[in-house]
Amino acid sequence: MKVIISGCGNVGTAILEGLLKDGHDIVVIDTDHKTIELAVNNYDVLGVCGNGTSYEILSEAGAIDADLFISVTGSDEFNMLSCFVAKQMGANHTVARIRNPEYNNPAFEFVKKQLGISMVLNPEMLTAKWLYNVLQVPSASSVEKFSSSDMDMIELLLKDGSPVLGVPLYELRKKLPLNFLICVVQRGEEAHIPNGSFVLQSGDKVGVLTLRSELHKLAKAFGIEKKPAKSVIIVGASKIAYYLSTLLLHAKTSVKLIDKNPEKCLEFAEKLAGATIVNGDGMSQELLLEEGVLSADAFLSLTNKDEENVLMSIYSQSKNVQKTITKINRDELIDISDNLGLDTVVTAKHVVADALVRYARALENSKGSKIETLYSLLSGSAEASEFEVLKDFKYSGVCLKDLKLKSNVLIAGIIRDRHVIIPCGDDFITAGDKVIVITAGESLFDLVDVIK
Amino acid sequence: MNYRLIFSTLARVIRVEAILLLLPLAVSAIYGENCFYAFLITAVGAYLLGTVLKIVCKPKTQYFYSKDGLITVALTWLSVSVIGAIPFVISGEIPSFIDAFFETVSGFTTTGATILENVEGLSNGLLFWRSFTHWIGGMGVLVFIMAITSKTTDRPIHILRAEMPGPSVDKLVPSSKDTAKILYLIYVVLTVVLIILLWLGDMNLFESVIHAFGTAGTGGFGVKNNSIVNYSSYSQWVIAIFMLIFGMNFNLFYLILIKKVGTALKSTELRYYLFIVLTSTVLITFNIYPAYENAGEAIRHAFFQTSSIMTTTGFSTQDFNAWPTLSKIILFVLMLIGGCSGSTAGGFKVSRLVVIFKKIKAELKKVLHPNTISVIKMDGEKVSDGVLGGIVNYLAVYVVCFISITLLISFDGFDFEATFSATAACFNNVGPAFSVAGPMCSYADFTPFSKIILSLAMLLGRLEIYPLLLALTPSTWFKK
Repeated sequence: MKVIISGCGNVGTAILEGLLKDGHDIVVIDTDHKTIELAVNNYDVLGVCGNGTSYEILSEAGAIDADLFISVTGSDEFNMLSCFVAKQMGANHTVARIRNPEYNNPAFEFVKKQLGISMVLNPEMLTAKWLYNVLQVPSASSVEKFSSSDMDMIELLLKDGSPVLGVPLYELRKKLPLNFLICVVQRGEEAHIPNGSFVLQSGDKVGVLTLRSELHKLAKAFGIEKKPAKSVIIVGASKIAYYLSTLLLHAKTSVKLIDKNPEKCLEFAEKLAGATIVNGDGMSQELLLEEGVLSADAFLSLTNKDEENVLMSIYSQSKNVQKTITKINRDELIDISDNLGLDTVVTAKHVVADALVRYARALENSKGSKIETLYSLLSGSAEASEFEVLKDFKYSGVCLKDLKLKSNVLIAGIIRDRHVIIPCGDDFITAGDKVIVITAGESLFDLVDVIK
Repeated sequence: MNYRLIFSTLARVIRVEAILLLLPLAVSAIYGENCFYAFLITAVGAYLLGTVLKIVCKPKTQYFYSKDGLITVALTWLSVSVIGAIPFVISGEIPSFIDAFFETVSGFTTTGATILENVEGLSNGLLFWRSFTHWIGGMGVLVFIMAITSKTTDRPIHILRAEMPGPSVDKLVPSSKDTAKILYLIYVVLTVVLIILLWLGDMNLFESVIHAFGTAGTGGFGVKNNSIVNYSSYSQWVIAIFMLIFGMNFNLFYLILIKKVGTALKSTELRYYLFIVLTSTVLITFNIYPAYENAGEAIRHAFFQTSSIMTTTGFSTQDFNAWPTLSKIILFVLMLIGGCSGSTAGGFKVSRLVVIFKKIKAELKKVLHPNTISVIKMDGEKVSDGVLGGIVNYLAVYVVCFISITLLISFDGFDFEATFSATAACFNNVGPAFSVAGPMCSYADFTPFSKIILSLAMLLGRLEIYPLLLALTPSTWFKK
């Protein structure tokens, strides 16, 4: 597909990276010459320097026959205008980053429709929702939901003493009376799709597909048991914090928010009735102790400074807070976060990039199947995708053991009539099913691609 | 540096060259020549070497930076030249390896300088190979690989930049692979058109193909000792015009293809290029007019030689060594200027020259009005400080290399004109020079040492100095 990305900042670059892996032709627009130069040097893209709302610049970038136009500059209004112009010029689909909470209401649908915006991208909102899901299952370092069923994909970090270590997977399956499937294991830098004889080690990160109702039992069986967070401390009054607090308060969780800036605190106090807002420095250990970090179920450091977030999280982990989540923006820090022993790390731009890759794949025509959800697992080394099987699927009704699957592919779940099957060789796929597929080191656009 | 990735790319290049060697192999089979076996041995050997290299150097990581790109390009060109020289040696038609290497480098770099005193004695298969190297080298070996294979590296821009001539690379479409494909498509179509046009004249198919390759790559290898003197004026006009076309930036053809003719015609570089050709033709015509029977003939020869030298092709319809000094000096200056950036031509490139002229103008203005601020523009857009600095720097390196090579060549003891012009002709990938290296003579008389130096000069010129210079710098290879 031909994709244009206007605004090549943090988020723009992450989206660019994600889409480039899928082999799209990408043109980037930015007003800053240096930014464009950097993008062109580092990625196989075309750069156009200029204002993303101007007709000339957009036509130079080829908006007239673009399949997807994404505007992710810093200004919401600029993005809306860009998308409007691009749409009028002939771009097929447009995506605008709009993050001002004032636009986050049902009435905005009207504006969206008038401007011809196909999708509104709110990175903070997406991230907040993701964080909310993780807080519901604190045992996992990340949780992804599949659209139509009770299946969740959770990531667990195995530590010394876990009862699942040293046992081949086929025995583990027999031992535990639960519905689950270990889909992918990250050991070191490599991701494996394990077979029955695979043996787990301490330090492995595993992606497990399981029923939502059995999540907690599973976590317990894996030796990682944490209760859903009922009281949460958030440091940093950012937009993510705002959206997350709203979600948490709605679920009757107690929220305490700490920020240095008194004006910000005042603003949040006004908007978030029900939350406790504290004005103070989150880096101060005394303040954290005073505000009850010892008794909190979860601690989230969501300020804009990566380093401070990391330090605060390390401190709260040392105080045995059950769940700590650290927001990190720089890719370099994410790579070393494992060494620092951080529990869960969140990067808004990756959440956004995932969302867009998913969206772009859904736009592409596929034969016999339609992609519904897509997640990147274990920091991008594997992917889980959910396909809806359409009528003209070629291998409908063929037993899985008779299909020649590629070696790095796993059919992890079949959802039929809202009922989940964790498949074995005698199961088959038929029209109307939803199929969850795990791949390592490859991207899937169509269900047929899993076959050799 | 990511040696494994560099060498695995190199392995791919060698294997592709082995496959390309099958073309001259077929030609020699058709003509039933003995060099068939020379091609067979080389092709099989190269393929095996490539396969071994590929297995040994499986890349562990994919990181690839500017420096890796430059080194890959330099090593590629050196190795394709070494392998390409082997058929000449095995067949015994050019027994000395250094001579064969010179000839192949001259082919791949589209120079067209030859050490053969009797070109007509070469078998057809080798003649074909010699000219085919022009064609491949013209657009770039790695660009060719990029166009035909799936994926070379994560950051192919570094390869495009190192191999494509000119101060900056403008991709046509977002993906480098597609850009390479489009460029080669334009290249192939233009070449085929040229072959047909020449075939319609007084050349047979084989000669048409050879001369089309020589013209398309702006190389200059032919099949006759006296270049294309004996062909009809029709063929000469066709070649002269096509040389001019291949000396233009290929991006312009793409612009025409996507119906942006207006933008293409407004190109600053194109205008200067045509202006220089026109002025030189007029001046030379007046200068040589007394020696010819009519104005038509004088114009034809003047235009042909201007086009041939400016685009650094090196075909000739006349022994311009015998022309008056003014014409020879004009041709010499054209040698240094060369064609447009993004073309198959060599030389300093018109766009760099234009930018430098504009810079000189701006600096002079600053002397008169010390507080003025001026912006240098090309095609209506500001030339960034980085590009500007790069061009000025390139000029300096260019001059230094030129002087050093001249100095090394002067050990041979030829006269001033020969030494100086031979360096210019090789360094700018032109081919024929003046005096002993003139259009009707060859480089056979130079010592092996000079031939190696000139071969390196050709590579330096084709790759625009930096890649090879970097590869020859010890600190690139050893950690300090």
